[in-house]
Amino acid sequence: MDNCLDFNAPHSMGTTIVGVTYNGGVVLGADSRTSTGVYVANRASDKITQLTDNVYVCRSGSAADSQIVSDYVRYFLHQHTIQLGQPATVKVTANLVRLLSYNNKNFLETGLIVGGWDKYEGGQIYGVPLGGTIVQQPFAIGGSGSSYLYGFFDQAWKEGMTKDEAEELVRKAVSLAIARDGASGGVVRTVIINSEGVTRNFYPGDQLPLWHEELEPHFSLLDILSSPTPSPMDI
Amino acid sequence: MGSGADSERTLYPYVTGSSVVAIKYKDGILMAADMGGSYGSTLRYKSIERLKPIGKHTLLGASGEISDFQEILRFLDELILNDNMWDDGNSLGPKEVHNYLTRVMYNRRNKFNPLWNSLVIGGVKNGQKYLGMVNMIGINFNDNHVATGLGNHLARPILRDEWNENLTFEEGVKLLEKCMRVLLYRDRSAVNKIQLK
Repeated sequence: MDNCLDFNAPHSMGTTIVGVTYNGGVVLGADSRTSTGVYVANRASDKITQLTDNVYVCRSGSAADSQIVSDYVRYFLHQHTIQLGQPATVKVTANLVRLLSYNNKNFLETGLIVGGWDKYEGGQIYGVPLGGTIVQQPFAIGGSGSSYLYGFFDQAWKEGMTKDEAEELVRKAVSLAIARDGASGGVVRTVIINSEGVTRNFYPGDQLPLWHEELEPHFSLLDILSSPTPSPMDI
Repeated sequence: MGSGADSERTLYPYVTGSSVVAIKYKDGILMAADMGGSYGSTLRYKSIERLKPIGKHTLLGASGEISDFQEILRFLDELILNDNMWDDGNSLGPKEVHNYLTRVMYNRRNKFNPLWNSLVIGGVKNGQKYLGMVNMIGINFNDNHVATGLGNHLARPILRDEWNENLTFEEGVKLLEKCMRVLLYRDRSAVNKIQLK
C-alpha cells in the first residue's frame, strides 16, 4: 500500500483524546480502544500516561510510537527534575515531547496532548500533532474521533469553567466521539490535574449519556422480556 | 520507497499555514497573514501567530509547515543571541536575516531535507526599508511587494495595480486588508482571523 501522505488527506488515528483547561487546572480524557486493523486488541487500554507527578500525556496514533516517546520523555524529565531540584514545568515537558516528535518526524506517527499543572503558570494544555508542531491551547482534541468533536467544542467550550463542568464536558465529548467513531470505544477515562494533585476517574458505558439511536443498556434480553413494560424495539 | 532512505527523503507537511502578504509603504513595511493552521483539509488551529519579530529590525512571516517555522524561529533566536553577545552596537537587519535564511533553506534543499516553508522577511534599518522572500527550494528575491502561496496569484495583481511609493499607513493597511479579504473568499485554507504588523 502506498505510504505517501496526500496533501489533502490527514492520516486517521484510532483514538479519541481530549484535554481541557479550567479555572485551576486541567482535565484530560480518552477512550480505551486499541485496534489492529479491524480487531480490537485491547478494549480497556489506558491512553493517559504519566510523565511526571504533575504532567500527563494523552497518546494517539501508533501505540508503539506514542509509548516510546512517553518513555523517553519520562526518562529525560526524571533526570531534569533531579538536576533542577523541583518539579518540571508543563512547558518543559511539552517541549521535550516536541523535540522527539519533530526530530523523528519521518519515523513517528503519533499525536499527543500534554497537560498538567505547575506553580508558575497553573494549568496548561499543549497539543503536539503529527510533524512536531507545538501549540498551547485552552483545549485540545486529537485522534480519529476528534473529527466529530470540532463542532461540539466550538459550541460547548467556555472560558473559566469549574472543575466539575470541565470534567463533564470531557466525558460528554469522548462519549460522543465513541458513538460515531469506529476506532474509538470502550470506557472513558479522565485525569484531573490541579494544585491539589491528580485524580483518575473511570466511566464505563452505562454511566455515560445516551445519544441518538442508542438504547438503554440491559444486561440481557431476558430482563426485558420478563417485565411488563414494552420491549425497546417497539415503536 | 525503502525505509533505509527515509532520513534522506523529502518530508510532507502536516500542519500548514496559508498565504502571507507584505508591502513597503512610506514609513516602512506592512505584513499580514491569517492565524489559521490547517491539518489537511481541516481548519484545525485558529490562533497560530505566523508573523514574528526578529531582533530589533525585522519581521518574519511564514507559510507552510508550522513545525518547521517553529524550528526556524529557534535558529534565529540563536543567531540574534550570538549577535547580541558581540555587544558591538551593531545588530542584524532584515537583509542579513534574509541572507542567513536563504543559506539555511538552500542547504537543506540540497540535502533533500527541506524546511517546508515560504518565508517573507521585512524590516527597516537605518531608514532603509527591505522586503524579501525565500521559499523551500531556496528561491529568493526582494521587491516592493511580496506574497506566498495563493497570495502570489490572488494578491499580487491587486498590489501591482494599486501599490505606489508613498502609501500612508492607513492606505497600506486598507490595501493589505483588501488582499486578505480576497484570499478569504478564494483560498480554501484561509480563516477569518488575521495578524497585521
